[in-house]
Amino acid sequence: MILHTKFEEIIEICEEDILRFEQGLPGFEDEKHFVLLPMEGTPFSTLQSVSTKELAFFTTNPFLFFKDYDFELIESVQKQLKIEEESDVLVQVILTIQEPLEKSTGNLQAPVVINVKENLAKQVVLTDNKYRTRHVLLETSIVGQEG
Amino acid sequence: MLVLTRKLQEVIKIGEDIELTVLSIDGDQVKLGISAPKQIEIHRKEVFLSIQQENSQAASTSINTFQALKKLKNT
Repeated sequence: MILHTKFEEIIEICEEDILRFEQGLPGFEDEKHFVLLPMEGTPFSTLQSVSTKELAFFTTNPFLFFKDYDFELIESVQKQLKIEEESDVLVQVILTIQEPLEKSTGNLQAPVVINVKENLAKQVVLTDNKYRTRHVLLETSIVGQEG
Repeated sequence: MLVLTRKLQEVIKIGEDIELTVLSIDGDQVKLGISAPKQIEIHRKEVFLSIQQENSQAASTSINTFQALKKLKNT
């Protein structure tokens, strides 16, 4: 199927590309289908809603920016996402873009956990109080390219 | 809203399999023990609200930031 993204891209996706968020995301409970689209040459991706063109998030691999980031997935979530092995799991965090871009933050308190084998995903709200919704991406980790 | 008065160690049962126990009371802090089936998600409300709020702010993405992010490079 053809998907028009929020960022004016037209891409072709197939059923296997669609991530199912069975409970939606907090604040977007009706949005249950997304695709994760890597932005080539960057550590970022967009998490684009399949049903709502206007809904897309920027995400990144948190372990690139926060080396010590660590959380345990509670058993009920493992079950919901049918996770059997750690290697089935892809973690992204949603970014809140700030000016300047280097001040943008990642929501480490609610990572998006994806079972890449089953295409099941969930934004998991961590309960251990270790992380917050806004962690500044390390300024030294990203630099502007020319142009 | 249903209002019930409970003492220390007393329990409220909700439906078949959720129980709330008053574990301790210290000034204006009440410690509650919750036992519920594993598929029931339990959150401090303010945490859940802050996630909702952060998501709605994170969703205000634009094509301009999309272009700007594309120019950033991981080192």
